[in-house]
Amino acid sequence: MHTSRLKLAGAALILAAAATAAYAQPKYGFGTAATPAEIAAWNIDVDRDGKALPPGKGSVAQGHELFAAQCAACHGEKGEGGIGDKLVGGQGTLATPKPVKTVGSFWPYAPTLFDYIRRAMPLNAPQSLTNDEVYAVSAYILNLNGLVPDSATLDAKSLAAVKMPNRDGFVQDPRPDVHNKACMSNC
Amino acid sequence: MPKANATGVLCEICLQENDVTSRQKDSVRESTRRQFIGAGSAMLGGAAIAAASGGKAAALDTPADPNGPPNIPAWMKAPGADAGELYGKPSPFEKKVVRNVPKNLKQYTSASTRTPLQELDGIITPNGIFYERHHGGVPEIDPAQHRLMIHGLVERPTIFTMDQIRRYPSESRIHFLECSGNPGFEAIYGKTASDLVGLTSCAEWTGVPLKLILDDVGLKPEAKWIVAEGADAAALTRSLPIEKCLEDAMLVYSQNGERLRPAQGYPLRVLVPGFEGNMNVKWVRRLHVTSEPAYSREETAKYTDSMPDGTARQFTFYMEAKSIITRPSGTQKIEKGFNEITGIAWTGHGKIAKVDISTDGGKTWQAAKLQEPVLTRALTRFRFPWVWDGKPTVIMSRATDETGYVQPSFEDLKAARGLKSFYHNNAMQPWKVAENGEVSNAHVKA
Repeated sequence: MHTSRLKLAGAALILAAAATAAYAQPKYGFGTAATPAEIAAWNIDVDRDGKALPPGKGSVAQGHELFAAQCAACHGEKGEGGIGDKLVGGQGTLATPKPVKTVGSFWPYAPTLFDYIRRAMPLNAPQSLTNDEVYAVSAYILNLNGLVPDSATLDAKSLAAVKMPNRDGFVQDPRPDVHNKACMSNC
Repeated sequence: MPKANATGVLCEICLQENDVTSRQKDSVRESTRRQFIGAGSAMLGGAAIAAASGGKAAALDTPADPNGPPNIPAWMKAPGADAGELYGKPSPFEKKVVRNVPKNLKQYTSASTRTPLQELDGIITPNGIFYERHHGGVPEIDPAQHRLMIHGLVERPTIFTMDQIRRYPSESRIHFLECSGNPGFEAIYGKTASDLVGLTSCAEWTGVPLKLILDDVGLKPEAKWIVAEGADAAALTRSLPIEKCLEDAMLVYSQNGERLRPAQGYPLRVLVPGFEGNMNVKWVRRLHVTSEPAYSREETAKYTDSMPDGTARQFTFYMEAKSIITRPSGTQKIEKGFNEITGIAWTGHGKIAKVDISTDGGKTWQAAKLQEPVLTRALTRFRFPWVWDGKPTVIMSRATDETGYVQPSFEDLKAARGLKSFYHNNAMQPWKVAENGEVSNAHVKA
């Protein structure tokens, strides 16, 4: 009796250990481990608070030059838009019948501007700008929107500190918000 | 018993058949039919058809069909094309069944093209005419060089090759995809079903349940979101809620039996069934497991729904129940008597439960027949027999899904959301039938 109980307990222990191992170990285990260097090279995500912003800095003046050379053909000399989106203006229009949605009027987080320019702009040569250049272009676009002064130089800390006017303008999805009835006659 | 009359669509086919006749005669006379077919691309063939029919119309005095009885059709009198076309194409006479590409866009790198819904049957969209929406063009990716990296809040950050992804147990499922702006609230005046809701398509997808791979790399308890990134020039990123990733999300490598087309994310894409198209990240190369959404440009500046009070709804993932009559629909023409009304319905919230049809402008409704299979988060084909009395009217369809949600009118949506929300317009589509049988969009710009 005692012996069999011990055996049972032992078996349970082994099972528990196996279960733990199964949880910790991959079932299939395909793929190879990603090294920190590989992850750092590919991970260009910048969060809304800018904690993942990279080192570097750029000024409004540098951004002005870069913008004229790399961005103005699509976005206009002063970010007024063209082939590309309008980037400037529209503050105070969101609650009107003709909202104008730009970086200045609509974008809630300044670090997102860095994230997007770095990954996707310019349209014909994405991921070609250095981090310093992305800071500079971001600074210029924010300056055009009156959100940083002409003299500004932005880095990880100062870009994250820029408070965007529409930061609190987003709400969660309330749908279903329309409640139609399946009326069949005399509708 | 209603008499089966030819619909406008059938008449168009008749015209095409006349084209065939002319083309056949010309081609047989000038060379051999096989040489003719072998010589030209579909486009050249189309041009030849137009030229031939134009010429013959004047030359032919007799209305008799030279390929109808008592004549033997020309295509029976000589062998057809050899077997061995390496990748088959549609008949050159189906030249209307192509993507609906908007004209005069500022650029086509970040753009969309539409499925010709009114030309299709059943629930599956052929791969060559699946709708497109790209943000940085269509990359040409060598699958041998493509890598998927999973990192962040996981036990084992891992890099996968395509061969390694394909070693996981896989499954095939039929799901629709729909772009969230389909159409925008201020773009409801299109002429055809494709102009209006052509950013909807449906396919059988094959891939690996994302849960299998996430279990393998080991999610940490704080994992709440997965930021998926495409390997395109937009490096497009969207944040996927972890619940959906563990429920029915897939990493897809095949579509309708063959490998994904480049325009659909070759060699690997995310599929989050029922969620807005943009979240089904194509060319996926990175899954960053996080505790918070990325708040990327595509989920702040874009793909958020602006309300009249100036706020914008964010993370509006699900596509709500929707339907449209594809035949008869805008630009088609019908004749008095029997006409089958058919169309498609779908919902991001599961299965379609019911589709009702009104043929009197919304005063009365009757249930359409849902054609099997009726699948979760897939297009459902509906059919309704109708005898048109020849009087002008308005026809429309209304979908109800398994949650009991009923597709709204555009007026109801507008009352709730205004006209600036752009995305997630799932309104009913009324079609006007004129006395002469011409069908047009009942929404007319004031």
